[in-house]
Amino acid sequence: MLPEKSPEQHLADFEARVARGDKVEPGDWMPEDYRKNLIRMMGQHAHSEIVGQLPEGKWIPYAPGFRRKLTLVAKVQDEAGHGQLLYRAAETLGKSREDMMEELLSGKAKYANVFNYPTPTWADVGVIGWLVDTAAVINQSMLAQSSYGPYGRAMKRICYEEAFHIKQGYDIVATLAKGTPEQRKMAQDSINRWWYPTLMMSGPPDTLSVHSQQALKWRIKTKSNEQVRQEFVDLIVPQIRALGFEVPDKDCRYDEKSGHYQYTQPDWDELKRVINGDGPCNKERLDSRRKTHEDGRWVREALAAKGKKASQPVA
Amino acid sequence: MDTQWETYEVFHQSRKGEPHEYVGSVHAPDPQMALQMARDQFARRLRCVSLWVVRSKDVTMTDYQDENFFAQVTDKSYRDPKAFEAPEKDGH
Repeated sequence: MLPEKSPEQHLADFEARVARGDKVEPGDWMPEDYRKNLIRMMGQHAHSEIVGQLPEGKWIPYAPGFRRKLTLVAKVQDEAGHGQLLYRAAETLGKSREDMMEELLSGKAKYANVFNYPTPTWADVGVIGWLVDTAAVINQSMLAQSSYGPYGRAMKRICYEEAFHIKQGYDIVATLAKGTPEQRKMAQDSINRWWYPTLMMSGPPDTLSVHSQQALKWRIKTKSNEQVRQEFVDLIVPQIRALGFEVPDKDCRYDEKSGHYQYTQPDWDELKRVINGDGPCNKERLDSRRKTHEDGRWVREALAAKGKKASQPVA
Repeated sequence: MDTQWETYEVFHQSRKGEPHEYVGSVHAPDPQMALQMARDQFARRLRCVSLWVVRSKDVTMTDYQDENFFAQVTDKSYRDPKAFEAPEKDGH
């Protein structure tokens, strides 16, 4: 037997391992704050996928044509699957899916700001798939490199499916771009409404966030919020313009010197309000989630009668 | 509450002749439901010919912190084909 390591030695070894790119698996020694930060991030991420079904799901009965309807059903089903993958990845850290769901339903848990905005037109379904999911994939490909093994594995699977989400969203907007003046106006109006909420998704500058600095240090995430946002802007601005639409920011222009697009920072107070429950649709989203949870209770109870021994995934 | 079912580890075979590969886990109240959940979660797109589910509780595993378990105390290079000379070719 080796002599017991001191907590300081454990921490030093852990930080050295993570710094050289080694992965952490369930059952490995990890600092308590690493575990807590991951449970918080992965829980919020799972909730975002679950709530993310709602703004688009409402358009399923109205999707124009059978193919668009099937596509949208498949996309919304993917979001449910992503939520479940993430809940189980978080469970490997010792918090149950049940507890996480309870925190979502009670309003205690946070989730992505962007799903608290309304989707009044069909163009919003396209713009969410194209803009919001592009921003999500940039963030998630970064998280696929996370130091926590189960998180990285879940992200790799999710990124693959998100590629389909982006393409179907772009296809909707590109179709509108070739349509009537009314359809073009509807698409531009939607881009205008989603631009700043999408920029906010990657979070405030890391200098403002303790969680974020710690997550970077322990390589839970491998890029700063600002880097992720800049990658999104550099990728999406040329796409928006190529379709003949405008970026709703007069100061958005390419800077030769840095090789990046400059853009106006979103309103970080708005992000704070929306994340903390005071966005345009927070109440509607949670009410809808609670109703679905109650409506499905009899199914869960019928199934639970068959067997009821909770356990935790191994990896 | 009523949603905290057991978890099952899922193994996926994409075509006969390939190995079953570990893909992740599902929650389910029994093994038959676990197979259905696994199909919806891991086989709704890519080709799949067979799924296995195993109760997470039934997996016996090594301990990452027990580094001694895999320690190679002696030189094991004699087990590696690269440790030996390849046959010469005669040029034909």
